Amino acid sequence: MKYETVIGLEVHIELATESKIFCSCSAKFGGEQNDHVCPACCGMPGMLPIVNRHVVDLGMTAGMMLNCHINRTTTFDKKSYYYPDLPCSYQTTQWFAPVAVNGLVDIETSKGKKSVRIKQIHMEEDAGKLVHDDWTDTSLVDFNRTSVPLIEIVSQPDLSSAEEVVAYLERLKSLLRFAKVSECRMEQGSMRCDVNLSVRPEGSTKLGVRTEMKNMNSISAITRAIEYEVSRHIDAIENGTEELVQETRRWDDIKGKSFAMRNKETAGDYRYFPDPNIMPVVIDDAWYDGIKASLPEFPEIKRARYIGELGLSEYDADLLTESRAFCDCFEGAYAVCGNAKESANYIISDITNLLNKKQMTSDELKLDGKSLGELIVLVAEGKVSRPNAKKVLAAMFEDGVSPAKYAEDNGFIVSNDTGKMDEVIKAIVAADPKSVADYKGGKEKALMALFGKCMKELRGNCDPQVLREALIKAVDEA
Amino acid sequence: MKLYINKNEKASGVSVSLDDMLLTKDLPTTAGSKMLDGYVSLFGADITDRLKDAGICVSGKANVGEFGIDLLGETSYFGACTDDKGALTLASAEIVKSGEVKAAITLDVNGAPRRCAALSGLTYVKPTYGTVSRYGTIPAACSGECVGVMAKNADDCADILSVIAGHDDKDGTSLPEEKCALLKKDAPTDEIKSVAVIKNIADTADDATKARLDAVKSALANAGITVTEIECDVMSAAKTAWSVLMCAELCNNVSRYDGVKYGHRAAEYKTIGELYTNSRTEAFGELAKTAILYGSEVLSDDNYMPVYDKSMRVRRVICEAFASIFEKFDAVLMPACQKTAYTEADVVENKYIAFDEALYTAPALITGLPAVISGGVQLMGKAFSDMALLSLAKIIEKEGK
Repeated sequence: MKYETVIGLEVHIELATESKIFCSCSAKFGGEQNDHVCPACCGMPGMLPIVNRHVVDLGMTAGMMLNCHINRTTTFDKKSYYYPDLPCSYQTTQWFAPVAVNGLVDIETSKGKKSVRIKQIHMEEDAGKLVHDDWTDTSLVDFNRTSVPLIEIVSQPDLSSAEEVVAYLERLKSLLRFAKVSECRMEQGSMRCDVNLSVRPEGSTKLGVRTEMKNMNSISAITRAIEYEVSRHIDAIENGTEELVQETRRWDDIKGKSFAMRNKETAGDYRYFPDPNIMPVVIDDAWYDGIKASLPEFPEIKRARYIGELGLSEYDADLLTESRAFCDCFEGAYAVCGNAKESANYIISDITNLLNKKQMTSDELKLDGKSLGELIVLVAEGKVSRPNAKKVLAAMFEDGVSPAKYAEDNGFIVSNDTGKMDEVIKAIVAADPKSVADYKGGKEKALMALFGKCMKELRGNCDPQVLREALIKAVDEA
Repeated sequence: MKLYINKNEKASGVSVSLDDMLLTKDLPTTAGSKMLDGYVSLFGADITDRLKDAGICVSGKANVGEFGIDLLGETSYFGACTDDKGALTLASAEIVKSGEVKAAITLDVNGAPRRCAALSGLTYVKPTYGTVSRYGTIPAACSGECVGVMAKNADDCADILSVIAGHDDKDGTSLPEEKCALLKKDAPTDEIKSVAVIKNIADTADDATKARLDAVKSALANAGITVTEIECDVMSAAKTAWSVLMCAELCNNVSRYDGVKYGHRAAEYKTIGELYTNSRTEAFGELAKTAILYGSEVLSDDNYMPVYDKSMRVRRVICEAFASIFEKFDAVLMPACQKTAYTEADVVENKYIAFDEALYTAPALITGLPAVISGGVQLMGKAFSDMALLSLAKIIEKEGK
């Protein structure tokens, strides 16, 4: 018999805010344990939650990027459960009126295009982290992550394969990074995923028994987990190897197997109710319109424009539209210098090299496009040589310096002083009669040695063509 | 009998006592519970800053019933208080009566301070919800509880209320400053010219209480205020609805006390589950446990819609009932409790007497409307009529002399 798989995803994404969702503690990843905590996020009695408005901005932004309806009155609710990493024994989340509902995300796989329906996006606080010390057999709690803002994106069960799940996750990542909602870094846990999966005979309208795998945090593990679960389900249906029950399972990527979690950990009546300490958040027209106006162009629209209007290659357009920071830098540079190809080249080769050297992601790029454009103009006008432009760029990348000023201060401006050039040529030619003789004897390479010495002496600040001609002339006369 | 759980020996000049639901940085705060015995907060309530700025000292932390939900403080881990006649009373009332302080500031969670003021012949103001910051109050039933003021007379209540009312950025339910400013002494108020007595509520009180109501009615009439008897059947539903909402919120709020980070921790446990269970079993009193179980039950999947959600709809109905009363009348008069004195025997006989007595105190909590106790009875008014209600209390005080 043929089977089809039905998958729905719950994706948790940490929002790129400076501070936590209900207090002013830093929301940054890392830090010394329990460094980013205050009485509020530690759950001390008497502290009251104050909603971080930027969290709502990003919740709305995510909703709009995923074509959702935005609830103009959105409320926060309490979800109760006991776990030592949850200081209040309740999590503040959105249950009754989430910020965004009924969205649509387009994906593309080897089987073609498909739309995945989004049920809802809700804002909530993250929990802390347990650190187990096997040596002393104790567990310690780190509250740094407590109350870091999250959104949870709940899809409808519209996905049917690991390939589609991966395409969907990559699409979410691209859209949300573009809109600066989150860095979506699975390896740092800023994007995590719960997979709800069931299997049924092809053509059947009745859903099979559903299992959930929680907290998946790498694309490759998700693929392996889905493939394993599907075959486990089919095996159970066909061969009766086990009885399938609705349950939460933990994926062990090293063993390559999923395991049922103890029922106690998962059985839950979360006793949701509206948080009386947080007034409903009312999104007025000005707020809504402001967010709408701030949305970026979708990456595929940018890509088409870069190719169609600006004449970039598909390859270049693909590389640039992988990252919002690249696009911003490229568009900023193009606006100043008017040379799309040149702007793209600097980003794709030189800037990418600089990022790689520093082990930075493109999202961490601070260089602004305007100054890159200025540098390109300086090169085009022959004021800075190409090799020197790389040095100027490295300084701009590092310290955000102005290219013109940096080139000026560090002697990287091409000199039109032929007197100085002649002087240098004269000295070099006089000091190396062997190379002069070799060149005259027909060795082209000897000229290059002389040329290099002159260029070095001039620190690259001359027009190579002019230098070459002057050098040949000087050697001929020598 | 313990009036103060902790006393500030350095207090001098004008002072007020705080009940032990209000957090102070320098003195421990227990909420009347073994769970928080010896707990010292890292921060003080917003009102403690306002008192300090006004040069008013805190005399100490008054004994209070566990999480403020009981009848008259009888569930305190530190023992109940009784007055000179052996009747139950709040420590705050005894401290005010002693003349040691200008006022007692309390958290009104389930009406105990109002009930006690009525029984003790004191004045009390439970202000309009959102006008006094709840930042730094032990959370019990956040959707209704208010910081209120108990004193010997309306003037002292008004003085202290003027000090503690005001907008607070640290409390998301705090109203804008221009609204809070309506609770300052010099703020303009609409004079109260007509008062409605809710007959079906008043009729449930005993004869002695009815006599107090009659005395106040004639005092008001003597002052030229019209007093009219009305029926309002839905009003009695406030009691049950508030019990549901209060217990649900309490259950959720006290779930943070698990014996891990602070508070009572059981000596014996093997697993984290046992640590939670044993700590809570040992530290919570019987009424708190009942409220926690009840609150947990009403929030369960099966009960949420038929019980919790319905209670929220009742809350709306009660608000609308008041709105329609206030179309015709400026204020409402009703008892604050059924009898004129309660003893420990009453509580033994009916363990849930505090929930029954909410018949009189729940309407103000569930609607957030202001209530003032004077002459042993209760006045309620429109939002921000706090100062106008205290003016009525002054009339009642004058006529009572």
